[in-house]
Amino acid sequence: MEINNNQLLRFTTAGSVDDGKSTLIGRLLYDSKSIFEDQLQSVSDTSAKKGHDNLDLALFTDGLRDEREQGITIDVAYRYFTTPKRKFIIADTPGHIQYTRNMVTGASTANAAVILIDARHGVIEQTKRHSFIASLLNIPHLIVCINKMDLVDFAEERFNQIITEFESFSSKLLIKDVRYIPISALLGDNVVNRSSNLDWYQGGTLLNILETLHISSDINKIDARFPVQTVLRPQNGKHLDFRGYAGRIASGIYRVGDEVAVLPSGFTSKIKTIVKGEEEIMEAYAPMSIAITLENDIDIGRGDMIVKKNNQPETEQEFDVMLCWLSNEPAKPRAKYTIMQATNEQRAMIKEVIYKIDIDSYNRNMEDKTLNMNDIARIKIRATHRLMLDSYRDNRNTGSIILIDENTNETVAAGMIV
Amino acid sequence: MSKYYLNYLDELESEAIYILREVWAQFENPVILFSGGKDSILVTHLAKKAFYPNKIPFPLLHVDTGHNFPETIEFRNNLIEDLKLQLIVGSVQEAIDKGRVAEEKGKNATRNSLQITTLLDAIEDHKIDCAIGGGRRDEEKARAKERFFSHRDDFGQWDPKNQRAELWNLLNGKHFEGEHFRAFPISNWTEMDVWNYIKRENIAIPSLYFAHEREVVFRNKSWIPNSKYLKLEEEEEVVLKKIRFRTLGDITITGGIESEADTLEKIAIEVSGMRKTERGDRSDDKRSESAMEDRKKQGYF
Repeated sequence: MEINNNQLLRFTTAGSVDDGKSTLIGRLLYDSKSIFEDQLQSVSDTSAKKGHDNLDLALFTDGLRDEREQGITIDVAYRYFTTPKRKFIIADTPGHIQYTRNMVTGASTANAAVILIDARHGVIEQTKRHSFIASLLNIPHLIVCINKMDLVDFAEERFNQIITEFESFSSKLLIKDVRYIPISALLGDNVVNRSSNLDWYQGGTLLNILETLHISSDINKIDARFPVQTVLRPQNGKHLDFRGYAGRIASGIYRVGDEVAVLPSGFTSKIKTIVKGEEEIMEAYAPMSIAITLENDIDIGRGDMIVKKNNQPETEQEFDVMLCWLSNEPAKPRAKYTIMQATNEQRAMIKEVIYKIDIDSYNRNMEDKTLNMNDIARIKIRATHRLMLDSYRDNRNTGSIILIDENTNETVAAGMIV
Repeated sequence: MSKYYLNYLDELESEAIYILREVWAQFENPVILFSGGKDSILVTHLAKKAFYPNKIPFPLLHVDTGHNFPETIEFRNNLIEDLKLQLIVGSVQEAIDKGRVAEEKGKNATRNSLQITTLLDAIEDHKIDCAIGGGRRDEEKARAKERFFSHRDDFGQWDPKNQRAELWNLLNGKHFEGEHFRAFPISNWTEMDVWNYIKRENIAIPSLYFAHEREVVFRNKSWIPNSKYLKLEEEEEVVLKKIRFRTLGDITITGGIESEADTLEKIAIEVSGMRKTERGDRSDDKRSESAMEDRKKQGYF
């Protein structure tokens, strides 16, 4: 395959064993010719051993031994395939309520979410839960696959009925772009190849939609944010005066000569050079990893942020986040955590649990103030110093946080700044 | 379409550089695990870009089974000299001599699993708190669940069911004394991505990856190179074949494929038409369904 300007699309699939998620992924990989002979051989051997007549496509996504034995997905698994149009990364996540944390993890970097609905059952609680998480994590594109159309006689009415059901609750969510596709993952209808069984459907196949979703405008190009990861100061003769601030642009565009402010100090300067790899470039944009040098000598270190002088983030010490609790251990009242946001790290405490959300009904619970694994709640956090923040809706990279338990070093919560 | 977007190779490159810089910022004493294979060469190349104009701030750690391709060692030594890096060698032979591990017996004996002890010893001896590896999630199903920053307990073990959640670009490298991390900056690359990038950047790789004539033996459905370590079975015959290697490991277990691809262009074309995974020719992975998972839990790469 030629090296080209194809983009990378990351999508998440959520679903349980029964709604055909593994079969769908297996079908995508198989029909896009991403399965190798030795994998195929191993899957057809296992299919035969289990007494299946046909190739059990779900076996392509088999994971760890416990998962194979129990027939479930425990953790997020990543799968890869490439077509002549795009490279794809699938974050394959389990769909049961006890795995909300994994769905959130898979969704955190996704451009698109694929949601599966069993055509026989229509919208169920799990559908609402997945859609809610896609909305909460601000996934720009949602693709609703109404699966097992073969079991409802490929009926257009049933398809339309489910769309109506879906829209009756999804109108409460904030998702910019929703598509609906009738498919049969088992038979391969409308996954990669079009189907004559569903000739009333005029839209694209799942792969066709994944290949053509417009994703370049999903990244925030307006608000320039550059969190400094580390400072490059070579000690060798040739570059003795070089002082480069290394990082990955979180959002926006930077050009040589731009007037910038360094936060939190507030000192201003101009961009002298932008270095990418071993080259100097005139202009850089998210999500490039670069190093920036400035006209003036300013004391800058990890955790600082270089922004445009005329477009600065909020600097707050106390702020609200929508939090997903990830740990087995419930949150301890007024306990201290380490907060990580962009490249910044500080101590913080949960000041208040404002409300919890029932992710099946979307109702707010104002009474229950505990935070247990898989809970989603709006909370108030107080950090020891000010953080440079944006709201998660505006900026996924500077609007997200994690909390780390200082006693165990575990990542116990993930949050989106409101 | 706006011109402000990255193509997939640039995005993968940027992600890897971000991860390498996070390693540098969050750990005291990181190393790059260097095998001489294309993936560890790629990681080293990316590290060069991540820290330019500084030199790479990590030593290379080579876990040496003693059963090397001579070409790999020569390549390694040249690279060290070019980049002015420190090399740490963990020797499996030494571990055998000291009685830390015992050699496997039989026809298919390899030193593959013996590397675990040597690696963990080197990590302890040199107080390494993060070992950067070239592991990729597309290689194997146990690796599909690996994090960018992967925690190891004080026995060096991986607990796949109890991994830290990893969200957005926020990497948590916090650890206690005695524990360490593995970092995988090229997790999201596939074999094809690696070759396309090597071709684009014109990265030097060992001659073993290019088609060449070599004495080989047909064993376990692939061409195993003849070497002084190979014990021939009665029915086996040494023949001369034009082959190349898709991965490089121990000379005793790394099978080659018949190939005419002697340039990076030809290799990329060949790989894009491949119908077998690259680890399909590694006998260390053929032992059982969970061979890799079991080794990884104990502390393998």
